[in-house]
Amino acid sequence: MGAVISLVAVAGLALVAVIAVGVGDLRFLIGVLVPGIAFVVFVVGVACRVVRWGRAAVPFRIPTTCGQQSSLPWIRNEELENPSGWLGAIGRMAGEVLLFRSLFRNHRVELDRGREKVSYVASKYLWAAAMAFHWSMLLILLRHFRYFLDRVPAWVELVQRWDGFFAVGVPVVYLTTVVFIAALLYLLLRRLVDAKVRAISLPADYFALYLLLGIAASGVLMRHVEKVDIVQVKAAIAGWASLQAVTPAGVGGWYFVHVLLVSVLLAYLPFSKLLHAPGVFLSPTRNLANSNRRVRHVNPWNPPIVGRTYAEWEEEFHDKLAAAGYPLEKE
Amino acid sequence: MASSHDRPPHELIPIGLEPKGNWRDPSIDFHARRGSWCYPGSAKALAAMGFANPREWSPTDADWQLPADWKRIVLEGIRERLVNHRAFHIFMDTCVRCGACADKCHFFIGSGDPKNMPVLRAELLRSIYRREFTAAGKIFGELAGGRELTEAVLKEWFYYFFQCTECRRCSVYCPFGIDTAEITMMARELMQLVGLAINWVVEPVANCHRTGNHLGIQPHTFKDNIEFLLDELAEVTGVRIEPQINRKGAEVLFVVPSSDYFLDPGTYTFVGYLMLFEHIGLDYTLSAYASEGGNFGLFTSHDTMKKLNYKIYHEARRLGVKWILGGECGHMWRVLHQYMDTMNGPADFLEVPRSPATGTVFDHAASTKAVHICEFTADLIHHGRLRLDKSRNDKLRVTFHDACNTARAMGLLEEPRAVIKGVCNHFYEMPETTIREHTFCCAGGAGLGTDENMEMRLRGGLPRGNAVRHVRDRHRVNRLACICAIDRATLPPLCDYWAPGVDVSGVHELVGNALVMDGENERTTDLRGEPLAPHAVTQEPADA
Repeated sequence: MGAVISLVAVAGLALVAVIAVGVGDLRFLIGVLVPGIAFVVFVVGVACRVVRWGRAAVPFRIPTTCGQQSSLPWIRNEELENPSGWLGAIGRMAGEVLLFRSLFRNHRVELDRGREKVSYVASKYLWAAAMAFHWSMLLILLRHFRYFLDRVPAWVELVQRWDGFFAVGVPVVYLTTVVFIAALLYLLLRRLVDAKVRAISLPADYFALYLLLGIAASGVLMRHVEKVDIVQVKAAIAGWASLQAVTPAGVGGWYFVHVLLVSVLLAYLPFSKLLHAPGVFLSPTRNLANSNRRVRHVNPWNPPIVGRTYAEWEEEFHDKLAAAGYPLEKE
Repeated sequence: MASSHDRPPHELIPIGLEPKGNWRDPSIDFHARRGSWCYPGSAKALAAMGFANPREWSPTDADWQLPADWKRIVLEGIRERLVNHRAFHIFMDTCVRCGACADKCHFFIGSGDPKNMPVLRAELLRSIYRREFTAAGKIFGELAGGRELTEAVLKEWFYYFFQCTECRRCSVYCPFGIDTAEITMMARELMQLVGLAINWVVEPVANCHRTGNHLGIQPHTFKDNIEFLLDELAEVTGVRIEPQINRKGAEVLFVVPSSDYFLDPGTYTFVGYLMLFEHIGLDYTLSAYASEGGNFGLFTSHDTMKKLNYKIYHEARRLGVKWILGGECGHMWRVLHQYMDTMNGPADFLEVPRSPATGTVFDHAASTKAVHICEFTADLIHHGRLRLDKSRNDKLRVTFHDACNTARAMGLLEEPRAVIKGVCNHFYEMPETTIREHTFCCAGGAGLGTDENMEMRLRGGLPRGNAVRHVRDRHRVNRLACICAIDRATLPPLCDYWAPGVDVSGVHELVGNALVMDGENERTTDLRGEPLAPHAVTQEPADA
């Protein structure tokens, strides 16, 4: 159900772009105004959210420890799974952000009712798809810097050269494009086919996937089918950068579909689960060292609660304590 | 319905883990699901602690007698916690529903109930957060994954947030470190604001507050019990140990979970500790006032946890000890390790712990001044300070169950293993996906280890029980060692059901078996009074 609603929503957005440009001649709106607003919403929205998280207190140091602690000198601790200090915590975070360490632990549980057996099967597909998707998205984003910058820097050229290593097709088909779309399709298929993941999926989960697939598809069509005028595109984007509105001319409908979907993605991010991107950096179970007993962690709102004092306790049980021969504070 | 004990194990194993239907419907038939929920907190216990809305009620009642403005109280509670706990706020926002956690929960594996998937357990609360606290949820409602907070939702919370043992296993696999324990703790705090608690949690809390321990043992009984255990020990070993209680000026305050001096098989572990201290001549004292290391406040609210934990530093100061040694207990150590110093510190009146027997300075406890008994004993064994006869444990083929909290909230993994290997000749690990940071809960933690909840405990015990059965069949394992008082109470029925023939004990019971005490009689039985393996008794010294 959520899968269908979201598909309709994303298709509807694409259609809006096509109609707006083709019929309504709203090139300025879709090509300039909407992306501009979306970018502002994205920046302000994410900033606001991160500030709100940042202002929330971290009353306790609660890392989830996934390896041996640092205690006795002859026991080797696992600094990256159970950091004893900030350096280890940074290393652990790097593992999470760059390599998706925790996802790599994934396995699947299988029940054999007849033999009364529970077994665990290594399952790295989710990890592989997540890595493929996120890393190719990053490289694709870096590649796009050739449109954002007047002079294409050498590192962009380099990314592009390696990305087109296999030199298939004219223009060259980028490896990241293929990987990006394949990974997204896997993640989508998984949601539709795996009963557990289907049960937990919300419309928003499909929406994000369709949006990204739509962006990828329109980008591919622009590059390989419609073949937009790059000079015009660059002029339009340079216009945003210099805050001068340049309505792109001589580019077809797919360009506007691409731009509108990217705009929606940007504006949607601060209000959605896509916040996991900034959120992971602030997660107290991962970014804190397990130095609890070595260094005192301070709770900024530590409430002034006292328990039952010894004196109160001794008073209540005084006679019993005396009879049992306990040493007492008050005879 | 037949009670869960009577049903053969394969009937309790879910047919599959493929959920059907829509989870958004909160309704639960509490009549039909007897055996899977816990009795509510008694009016007496709630009143004793000053908790909200004390009354007698049952989950099967149509009317749960909530306060008139319960909804406002809960929403206000959420708002407050979003500001006070960054983890809670981030965990509400960042889940992508990737499903990595789905089959990591013992309750899901054992029940197949979709709302036992950690992601859905969190969604029970997250959907309310979305609807009431986010722009998308306010505008798009259900389309954005929001749900309205109704009485039915609150009842659903009561069922499922008291079906989470706060074991943190799901958090190990989450790419963002989302910790369901943290979400469950918040949900339980919110429920407590309107008087929804379970008795197996609030009664121990009330007892602990008044008498000093969860079991409500008063000081004279505390002393009698310990005397009795030491009398029994004298029969087995010929060595009479004098109990040290409320003694000022001792070097170390020793804190244990109360079931260690009250319930078998924890009692054997308890005498194991005291034999060890006698053996090395440790200058220590127990306290009848701080007679509980465990802290069911952890399963109630942060404020309650702080209140109950208060007595440990308070007593350490009164007695003038130098540092604190803690016994074998899982959630007790989560509190001592991750909360005590922050809540009730700084412990600047104590000294950095130093083992008088080896000179080892426990720098890793430099601030809290609290050392785990397994760290202490592992250090003693490593330095060869103990006279041990490992062969006395030869009839035991031992495996080790990592407690959830010592594994995933501390990383105390090698110390207990070093102790076991130091005192036993036969040690076998369970499969690696079920131990260390992957360890499975006993399904009775976080206050759920009560008998009316037995079906859920046995279901949740499936993965642990199955791993025990695996080593029983493969290596003839007959002893499951653990370092958690709740485990010592909940694993025996679990083993009887899923892996019959395997007994449960603490690690220091094994230490006590192996310790060669000064002036002891020839040992013919273990601490339980059961005969040692024949060859161990007749064994001649090597140089004879």
